[in-house]
Parts: sequence; C-alpha cells; structure tokens
Amino acid sequence: MQITLRVKRYNPEAPEERRSWTQDYKVDVPEDSTVLDSLIQVREYVDDSLSLRCSCRGAICGSCAMRVNGHAALGCKSKVQKLLGKDNVIAVEPMGNQPVIKDLVVDMTVFWDKIRQVQPWLQPQGPEPEAEYVAPNEAMQHLVGVMGCIMCGACVSDCTVLEVDKNFIGPAALAKAYRFVADPRDGHAKDRLGLYNKAGGIWDCTRCFECVQVCPKGVAPMDRIMALRDQAIDAGFIGSYGARHAEAFASSVEHSGTVNEMSLVVNTFGMFNLPKLLGLLPLAIRAGYKRKMPPLFHKPVEGIAGVRRIFHKAEEQQKAARG
Amino acid sequence: MLQHDVLVVGAGLAGMRAALAAKQAGANVAIISKVTPVRSHSNAAQGGINAALTDRGDDWKEHAYETVKGSDYLGDQDAIEILSQDAGRAVIELEHMGVVFSRGPDGLLGTRRFGGQQRARTFFVADITGQAMLHVLFEQLLKSGITLYEEWFVTSLVMEDGQCRGVVALEIKSGKLELITSPAVVLATGGCGRIYEPSTNGLIVTGDGMALAYKAGAPLMDMEMVQYHPTTLKQNGILITEAARGEGGYLLNGKGERFMDKYAPSMKELASRDVVSRSEQTEINEGRGVNGCVLLDLRHLGRQVIETKLAYINEVALDYLGISLAEAPIPIRPGMHYMMGGIKTDVHGATRVPGLYAAGETACVSVHGANRLGANSLLDTVVFGRRAGDASAAYAKERGHKNVSEAFVADEEARIKGILARSTDGDSVAKIRLEMGQVMNDNISVFRHEEGMKKAQTTIRRLKERYARVGVQNKGKVFNTGLIFSLELGYMLDVAETIAAGALARKESRGAHARVDMPDRDDANFLKHALVFRTESGPRIDWLPVTMTQWQPQKRVY
Ligand SMILES: Cc1cc2nc3c(=O)[nH]c(=O)nc-3n(C[C@H](O)[C@H](O)[C@H](O)COP(=O)(O)OP(=O)(O)OC[C@H]3O[C@@H](n4cnc5c(N)ncnc54)[C@H](O)[C@@H]3O)c2cc1C
Ligand code: SF4
Ligand code: SF4
Ligand code: FES
Repeated sequence: MQITLRVKRYNPEAPEERRSWTQDYKVDVPEDSTVLDSLIQVREYVDDSLSLRCSCRGAICGSCAMRVNGHAALGCKSKVQKLLGKDNVIAVEPMGNQPVIKDLVVDMTVFWDKIRQVQPWLQPQGPEPEAEYVAPNEAMQHLVGVMGCIMCGACVSDCTVLEVDKNFIGPAALAKAYRFVADPRDGHAKDRLGLYNKAGGIWDCTRCFECVQVCPKGVAPMDRIMALRDQAIDAGFIGSYGARHAEAFASSVEHSGTVNEMSLVVNTFGMFNLPKLLGLLPLAIRAGYKRKMPPLFHKPVEGIAGVRRIFHKAEEQQKAARG
Repeated sequence: MLQHDVLVVGAGLAGMRAALAAKQAGANVAIISKVTPVRSHSNAAQGGINAALTDRGDDWKEHAYETVKGSDYLGDQDAIEILSQDAGRAVIELEHMGVVFSRGPDGLLGTRRFGGQQRARTFFVADITGQAMLHVLFEQLLKSGITLYEEWFVTSLVMEDGQCRGVVALEIKSGKLELITSPAVVLATGGCGRIYEPSTNGLIVTGDGMALAYKAGAPLMDMEMVQYHPTTLKQNGILITEAARGEGGYLLNGKGERFMDKYAPSMKELASRDVVSRSEQTEINEGRGVNGCVLLDLRHLGRQVIETKLAYINEVALDYLGISLAEAPIPIRPGMHYMMGGIKTDVHGATRVPGLYAAGETACVSVHGANRLGANSLLDTVVFGRRAGDASAAYAKERGHKNVSEAFVADEEARIKGILARSTDGDSVAKIRLEMGQVMNDNISVFRHEEGMKKAQTTIRRLKERYARVGVQNKGKVFNTGLIFSLELGYMLDVAETIAAGALARKESRGAHARVDMPDRDDANFLKHALVFRTESGPRIDWLPVTMTQWQPQKRVY
C-alpha cells in the first residue's frame, strides 16, 4: 500500500531559516502497518536522520507518542489504514505542549518534574506488616486501571489548559496522584489532597475531555481529577478557591436551577443532560478564580425540583462509586 | 569528569534494584540508561513473578527443583537455591513498595499457574506485571534521589590495569561524550533479542552490556541458550503471555486437536517452554499448522477473565489482529524471546573482571541454565540485582577512587567521528541488521543442526566486515538515532558471534539447544557451561562444571 507520511521536522543544528520544515515520505507498507512501522521503514531505508523514540511496538513502553493527523497518539497503536486521508496522506508531528528537541523527539523534562511534584511513591503509615498488606482485590483492580498509564505524554500534549497555563500539573501527573490517594495502603491521602489542592492543581482542569480521548491506555485522567476533587471536598478542603467556587456553583444550581448572569442556564443543555450540566462546574470555577463570577442571587427557575433531584442523584451515585 | 562510587548501567528492573541496594549500603550511586527508566524493556513482562511463599503452604525446594528441571540440569543449583529462597522476601518487598499485585477474595496476594511448575506460585498484576514493577521501582528511584543520567548511551567501558574504572557515555540529546568514573560498574543492560528477527523484545534490546563485558575480557556463558517463547504473533513478534495458558488456554493445531496431549501428557500446555515450542514447531513442520502457526484458544475462559486478567493481550489481539480473544482463537508461533546466557557472574553479581558486576537478563548466574521457567526472570532481576548492588557498594568502599585519564574520551570521539565519516553508499545498518536477524532466526532457533549453525557463523563474520565499512546518513550531534543504531549493531554482531560459537561447541541437545543431528542430552560430556572469551581471531570456548547441590540429572518428562 502506497502512503505518504507528511512529517513535521526540526533540526536545531541547521541554519535558523531551515530549522523546521515539512517533509513528505512516500513509502510502500503492508496493509496492516502502524504509523510507527511506517516511520521505522522510513528511518531504516530512506532517511536515518529522522529522529523518533520507540521500542516495544506494543503500546507498553510509552516511547512513541506523537501527533497523528492532529491528535496525540501512540505511533505503534495507530493503524495506517484507519488514518489515510486524501491522497493517502498521514500527517505526523511531534507532541504538543513540550519543546521539540529534534523531529518527533520532545523534551519531557517538565513532564517528569510534574510527576515528581505529586510525590509519586507509596507512603504507608505505621509499621510495615511482616507479610503483604491486606487489601480488597476490587481496590487493587481499580488501581490497575490507573497505573496502566505508560507515561507517554499524549494527554499532556493535547491538554487545553496546559496550552495557556504552564503551571497546571496536568493530566498524567494528577492521574498518578490519584493512584496513591486511592491506594488503601497509602496513609497520606489527606496530605496529598492538600498538596494537589493548590493553584495549578486539581481545580485547574476545564474538563475539556481531550486527555480522555487521546489516552491510549484508557486511564481517563480527567475522571481521576474529578475523583480527586470529590475527595478533596470530602476531606474538608472547602476553603480553597477552587472548591469554594465549585460548591457555590453547585449549591446555586441546586437552589435556583441557574447561574444567571453567566447565562449558564441549565435549560440550554436540557435539564436532564447531567454530564453536560456537571461539565459546567469548572467553567464557573475558572470564572470565579479570575473574579468574573457574578453574585449568585436569582430566582429559582421553573422545574427546579428536577434540577435538585438530578443533583441529589449525582451525589448519591458518586458516593456509591467511591464506596 | 563525573564521579560516583557505584555506576549502574541500565534502569530496568535489575538496574534500579541494584542502584537502590547500593544507595542503601551508603554508596554514592548513579544510574545511566539509554532510555527513560520506564521505557526499559522490563515493562513488557506480562505474566508474573514466581515465589514459593511458605505461609501459603508452598516450599522453596519445590520451586528450586522445578527450576533445575526446567533448566535441563544446566542451572547452577547453589544460585537456584538462593533465587527460590529469597523469592518470598523479594515479592513482599515489592508489594510494600507499592506494586498492586492481584489479590484473592481474602485480600491476600493471589497466584496463577505458569509453565513447568505443578503449583500456582506466580504473583501477578493482571497481564502487566513488568510495567507495574518497573514503575514502582522508578518511584522508589525518584524518592531515593539517586543521580540519573537519562538518555545517555554507554559506548565503552574504561579499563585500566585489568580493572573496570567507569564508562564513556554519549549524552544523546547533545551528542556530547563524557567520562564517568567509578570503582564499581554494574551492567544491567538487559537481553539481546534484536539480534533475531522477529523477536518479542523491544527495539532497544541490543545486548550492549554483553558486548561491553566481552570486549573488556569478561567471559560470556551459555550463549547458545536462546529461548523461543511458544506464543508470539507472526506478524510482529509481539508476545502473548504464558498466563494465557496459565489461566487455562488451549493450543490447537490446524485440525483442531489439543496436540500437547501427545507431547506432554501430564503438563500439556504448561510444560516447559522449550518443550511447548518444539511441539508447536513439529506440528507446523509436519503440516498440521495454519499458515506457519498454531492456534491459541481462550474462548472458554470467558469475557470476565479475559477482560480483567488478560486485558493487555486482548488489547494486543484487537489492535494487531482485529480479533477479540473471547470470540476466536488467534494464530501464534514460537518466537525468539529471552537469553538464558549472558555475562558470567558469581552469586554476588561479580564478573571475572575486577570492578565489573552484572545482573538481570544480561548476566548468567546461572539460574536458568538451558531453559528458563516463565516468571523466573523478573525474580532473577530483583534478587540478583539487589545482590549486585550490595556487592558493588562494598567493593567500591574497599577500593576507593582512582584518577582516570581523559584520553578515554578522546579515543571514543575519534571512533565515532570515524563512523560518521564513512559513506552510506549501497549498504546500510538496517540491511545488515535484518540479514543478521534472519540468518539467526533461520538457523539458531527452535531446531538446529551443524550445517545451519555454520552458515549463521560465516554470515555473521561477513556481516561484521560489511559493518566495519558502513556509515550513517545523519551527521548531526543532537539526538542522532542513526548513530546509536550503528553502535548497537556493532554490539549485536559481537554477541551473535558468541551465540553461534556456543551453539557449535555444544554437541548435544539440552533445553533450548535442540539439535536434530544430535537429539540426545549427553551428560557424560556436556553437563557443563560453555564460556566464551574474546580473542583477536574470534571467540574461544572454555568449559566450566555445573554446580550441583541436591538434584542429580534425570530424564525430563512433563
Ligand atoms: C514481552 C516480554 C514478556 C516477558 N514476560 C515475563 C514474565 O511474565 N515474567 C518474567 O519473569 N519475565 C518475563 N520476561 C523477561 C523479563 O521481562 C526480562 O528478562 C527482564 O525484565 C529484563 O530486565 P533487565 O533489568 O535485565 O533489563 P531491561 O529491563 O531490558 O533494562 C535494560 C536497561 O539497560 C539500559 N541500557 C542498555 N544498553 C545501554 C547502553 N548502551 N547505555 C545505557 N543504558 C543501556 C536500557 O536503557 C534499560 O534501562 C518477559 C520479556 C519480554 C520481552
Ligand atoms: S480534561 Fe482537564 S486535564 Fe484533561 S485535557 Fe482537558 S483540561 Fe487537561
Ligand atoms: S494518562 Fe494516558 S495519555 Fe497520559 S501519559 Fe498516561 S497513558 Fe499517556
Ligand atoms: S513503541 Fe512502545 S509505546 Fe509505541
């Protein structure tokens, strides 16, 4: 199968005006090839100056994240056939939100610094047991879903908040943070929640859903961030800016059914569109943070009973989910 | 010049465990890795880690015996005793560090069955055990504050007066060569799977440490013992874990028969890997395969088991074959997987070169002998990684630092300049690697014979000559992966030559070394390790007796 890989290249050693360019590689690849297979073919048989990271070819080492047709993905998990656009072209670029070193290789120093920031190691409390910690298998199964994260950086590449706010700890590090908060063996959940409850922490996510969509391992970082928020509130971190506004927003909606001045009329999204409704929370939070949040005095809208029911139901569900 | 007490080369499981131990022993430790630690190939381990926990009624002696039997009696029994006796402690330690091992209904660690063993003693994290362990050891590394040279590539060992005094390494991002000195160096560079095409191993698994040690004068041992795993994907060599059979999966031939009944009536699909791979290959060779494969059938396990305990391989099957394991059997075949052989060490990780230690897949202690049991390798990395860390720290303390000449860096700079100066007309690193991979896979694989192995040997020699002339297109400094591949190919060709030499020297069949022209095990003449030394005229073989403690060789039936 003839395809064209349209690769965004960068060579820091070239003269200024020729440092970045787009290069088309036409290659003949087997039908079932991945983008990574095709890139390897290029670098082995066409142009060994094309730099990229890769190793396992099986979506487990986390080396080969890049942007494929505009979205972050693992090269080795992206089947060529599903991606072919007009004229059999596939666009390949380095990940976003991270400085490029060369071609598809980005500098992940900041990524790892942020992982370090969340104190990513188990901190048990009390003396170690002689044998293993006793822990429910369900809790461990749940953790496996999070620690399936291969630290590829795809979520960070496409996170909309990181684009504008470099201080945001970001989806991967917060998912990692969640992994410890949710570990029954860890004795420092509350300290951790305090640590993540700061500017740049769990309240900065706008719930844009990008990280969930691009994560190749189903880690769903955004969901983990939401779980951390719930736990932070439960743990009593209601004094912080984020939590305060989230609460205000929630109680406002619960009370009156709208947050007037912001035109976030619940009706707009359909009274029963719960995900969308809850999805508005962060917007209010950010607005509040920037002091754009208007005072919350207004009359209850029609159908307020329905809104309240939805809220209570959502609360119950979340409690049940947390066990 | 950078200086440390202990320098660990490699940040896979063995390397990180060694570094943590050396640090705990009070040494100033650094760890150097050509990839970010969590990219190391240990992350690909799926199935689990073995340990006989006494509080579960298991017995380390059973584990040890089955390991000895699995090794076709080539494993050193003193080392195997250490491995199985220390296993329980090692697994509990990992659990305490944070590994989220699967548990039973009682909240205690659960086990699954693995090949070559009667009991279920394999502890696991779904089918991503290696990843789970690797990430946790990395967490511990971050916590420890050990210096990390990340994406640095070791190009040579610094040898003075017959001692190893450090390394010269290339910082990949800048292209700069640096001297790092240390009285003790631990090689934990993993296997050499890419010598073969295809292989279950990642593209970074290129035998660097084996080649470095060999060049420095340390012998390699039992290099002919190359494991072919029974269940790999034809298309790209990716592994389907033995846990698939451990959880109850069947192997079927083209006629739909569970053919393992014939070859291993009692253990069936869970016989030793060499046995299962040979059985599959026989079915395929005798015309009972399906397009060069046999089938792995997991349908009867049900969705629930597949989606929780075997989720990763299900993802692999979906991604690369478009098949859900719950719905259809998948074609698989034996594929190159693991090196039982490696740098010869004692039970403290010491090689025969003072100041040079080794652990993990790159080393040969030897606990795997002629055939490794599944789930014994992860155990090997943490048990012997820790021991190498302890021993190297003690050695460094005793010896102290010596000044090393910067001339070592100049030599390496000149060598690399030489590679970059060569032309690429016609030939390429990739072509040479592919030819090497194919000739090895065709001739030193599941079944072997004299003629084929000789062919491999002469081909490798020819390829080495071509290698000496081939250049790379990329002449830059920053992240020059073309240059790295060239250096890796150099390592692989050296190691491939030792594999061929060992294979030709062993005139019998034992474990993974199955010769059709000499089908019997010959304990009278070959119950011994093959040591390979480097000489100007090529590899030289020497022999070393196997250490036996409690178990005398017996006929191996499963
Ligand atoms: C697909 C697969 C599945 C497996 N499943 C299991 C299993 O279920 N159970 C089991 O027990 N075993 C399993 N194994 C075997 C086991 O995973 C490996 O043997 C083991 O993880 C090797 O660990 P290591 O620390 O020795 O090497 P690796 O993890 O390979 O680490 C090598 C390190 O050395 C570094 N390095 C190499 N060369 C250089 C250089 N020149 N300069 C600097 N750094 C360098 C690398 O960067 C890397 O950090 C499996 C293997 C594979 C391939
Ligand atoms: S949902 Fe939040 S963390 Fe995820 S990409 Fe969007 S802003 Fe970033
Ligand atoms: S959460 Fe997903 S996308 Fe983000 S680093 Fe982990 S595996 Fe990659
Ligand atoms: S090559 Fe390992 S994740 Fe793609």
